[in-house]
Amino acid sequence: MNKISVIIKREYVTRVRKKSFIIMTILAPVLMAAIIIVPTFIMMNQSGDFKKIAVIEDNSDLFKGVVKNTKDAEFVYLENTKVEDLKKTFEKAGYYGILYISPELVNTPNAVYIISKKQPPIGLLQHIEGSLKKEIERQKLLAYKIDNLDDIMKNIETNVTIQTKKLDESGVEKGTSTGIAMALAYILGFLMYMLVFIFGAQVMRGVIEEKTSRVVEVIISSVKPIQLMMGKIIGIALVGLTQFMIWIFLTVGIVTVLKTTILPKSGITEISQSMPQNLMSGNQQVAGTTQTAQMSPQLAEFSQMFDNAMNQPWGLIIICFIFYFITGYLLYASVFAAIGSAVDNETETQQFMLPVTIPIILALMVAMGTMQNPESSLSFWCSMIPLTSPIVMMARIPFGVPGWQIVISMLLMVVTFGAFVWMAAKVYRTGILMYGKKTSWKEMWKWLRYSG
Amino acid sequence: MALFEAKNVTKQYGNQLALDNVSISVPEQCIYGLLGPNGAGKTTLIRIINQITGPDTGELFLNGKKLLPSDVQFIGYLPEERGLYKKMKVGEQALYFAQLKGLSKAEAMKRLKYWFTKLDIIDWWGKKVEELSKGMAQKVQFVTTVLHEPKLLIFDEPFTGFDPLNTKIVKNEILFLRERGATIIFSTHNMESVEELCDNITLIDKAKTILEGSVNEIRSKWAANEYDLVFDGDVKIEGNGHYNILKQQTENNKSIIRLKTTSNINTNDILQTLMISGNILSFNPALPSMNEIFIRVIEARN
Repeated sequence: MNKISVIIKREYVTRVRKKSFIIMTILAPVLMAAIIIVPTFIMMNQSGDFKKIAVIEDNSDLFKGVVKNTKDAEFVYLENTKVEDLKKTFEKAGYYGILYISPELVNTPNAVYIISKKQPPIGLLQHIEGSLKKEIERQKLLAYKIDNLDDIMKNIETNVTIQTKKLDESGVEKGTSTGIAMALAYILGFLMYMLVFIFGAQVMRGVIEEKTSRVVEVIISSVKPIQLMMGKIIGIALVGLTQFMIWIFLTVGIVTVLKTTILPKSGITEISQSMPQNLMSGNQQVAGTTQTAQMSPQLAEFSQMFDNAMNQPWGLIIICFIFYFITGYLLYASVFAAIGSAVDNETETQQFMLPVTIPIILALMVAMGTMQNPESSLSFWCSMIPLTSPIVMMARIPFGVPGWQIVISMLLMVVTFGAFVWMAAKVYRTGILMYGKKTSWKEMWKWLRYSG
Repeated sequence: MALFEAKNVTKQYGNQLALDNVSISVPEQCIYGLLGPNGAGKTTLIRIINQITGPDTGELFLNGKKLLPSDVQFIGYLPEERGLYKKMKVGEQALYFAQLKGLSKAEAMKRLKYWFTKLDIIDWWGKKVEELSKGMAQKVQFVTTVLHEPKLLIFDEPFTGFDPLNTKIVKNEILFLRERGATIIFSTHNMESVEELCDNITLIDKAKTILEGSVNEIRSKWAANEYDLVFDGDVKIEGNGHYNILKQQTENNKSIIRLKTTSNINTNDILQTLMISGNILSFNPALPSMNEIFIRVIEARN
């Protein structure tokens, strides 16, 4: 037992000291956080790219003032100007582009175009389209001669966002979000896939390194092959867990910092009070007042999202993740170790890799499907079958999984990984001493049945 | 008493017989040569002694007791293909192997310092193995093999990759280890070193033992009635019914002659006839080199 700990220590220490490990460990959560935060920031502070757009109508003022200014676009309504004249000079005059609206627009929906040097952003087009659509609808309604039409219009204007609430076992309603659950399912499933694959492949590479450099012969004249194999597998698992723990701490740290600095004690009212100052500080005081009203629901949504994310069963997720990582990794790593022992170099691994990769890829695909429909029977069975369950179960958990299913899945996992380790050890024991012979599955099957 | 014994060891890999009823008996403090052409089964036997693989049938004894898995601490093994982790530092690696052999860290450190200084490799302590030359790496591996002071040392081709100077150093170390009480099994194709170092040998070919015994006995047995004769001055002699002249040459005012007796004649009688021709400086049985014996034995079998 003492010797196996010496092996575990070497496998662990040599890997953790590598520069690539340190860089990945620190960079990954920062990148992850950046992926989440940067778009949010951009969404909130799009001030840098301010556009002025000339609006021209053909001798009419049917749509004058219809397209309202936004925080990053100003619409200037020009009269007595021809598109042809402005075409050559609009850039010099400081315009981003020309929006031409024909009076025919009410009847011909495509009688409007925008001229610019660059491709206009989708948000700008949506804003213009939305405004024009609303105005045309209003004008058409006018034809029905309804009294107080403007008041009615204002009255019926609504925005709908569905709030989902999940009833937990104690009957408490929790605000949830399908979006969050989906994102989480995706991240967890994918992370599990990456970890099992990356660290499993590391085991394989380690075994091949020992075999090709013939270190293995020296070592197994001191320890048993199974000790060497398990020492390597456990050592690398600890590397994975170390990395995972650091990721959790860093992510929790970053999230906490975010929550306290950007969203102070996230009550919706406080946000709508505190945010306008930030927004106003830009160069668009003009539009300031209208935007406050526009931003609030967005921020409210963001804060809601935050709270929903916090309502996920994090304890369960982390415990399950660690369990499935350890067992799933042990299962695949032992297979990888057996493969590594059977070949002479890394290029030869390919023929053996395919059958091992298929269940992993399948699991990942089912996990993606799980995001759409977590209750499907395919997801259920794949979260029970040990080869796919680590990835699929992790994708299911954010949507809520009955406890008995998790227990059965875990039990199956333990039994299977035990069997796999046992078989892999037998192949490994023979494989590491075989040189210069192309190994086939048939050959490996024979090794499995060797005794002693 | 034999320190190590293998009795009737047979090992089969698939359809191929790697060892067929092979027995060896290695006396204590002996340097035991394991010879044989490539693919004869030497490495398999060495692996069995190291308990890397088990024999199909046959028994192994260390110090008269059945060999146990825990006995690895009494055995040191230098495999033919040198194995060191390329990316690991020399010192750390030596320490790692020592700990795997059951030495405590402090004890391993003490002994490593001693050996590294002795073999003049202490400067490489902090270097990575990939930075070392082949010979250097081999010295490191030699140290890791002998560090735990095993009773039985097994060297598989210990001299390949060494320059003549380092070969001499390692040879001396092997002799030194024997003096300190170690028993050594070593496998080699270098027959000169067999004559120089080995007390006993076993020659294996195609999974079978075909020759075994002490080096001197074997050489005398294969001597085949050949004698080396040296005369003072330039002397020419001719063969007769009792002996043939195989070669003769004159060098530094000495005539060196090899002759082969053809009948069961007594050497004294030959000497009497030879004395007439000149002043004899020496007359010795011409022992064939291990190299010759090796080639003759193997060729005779094919």
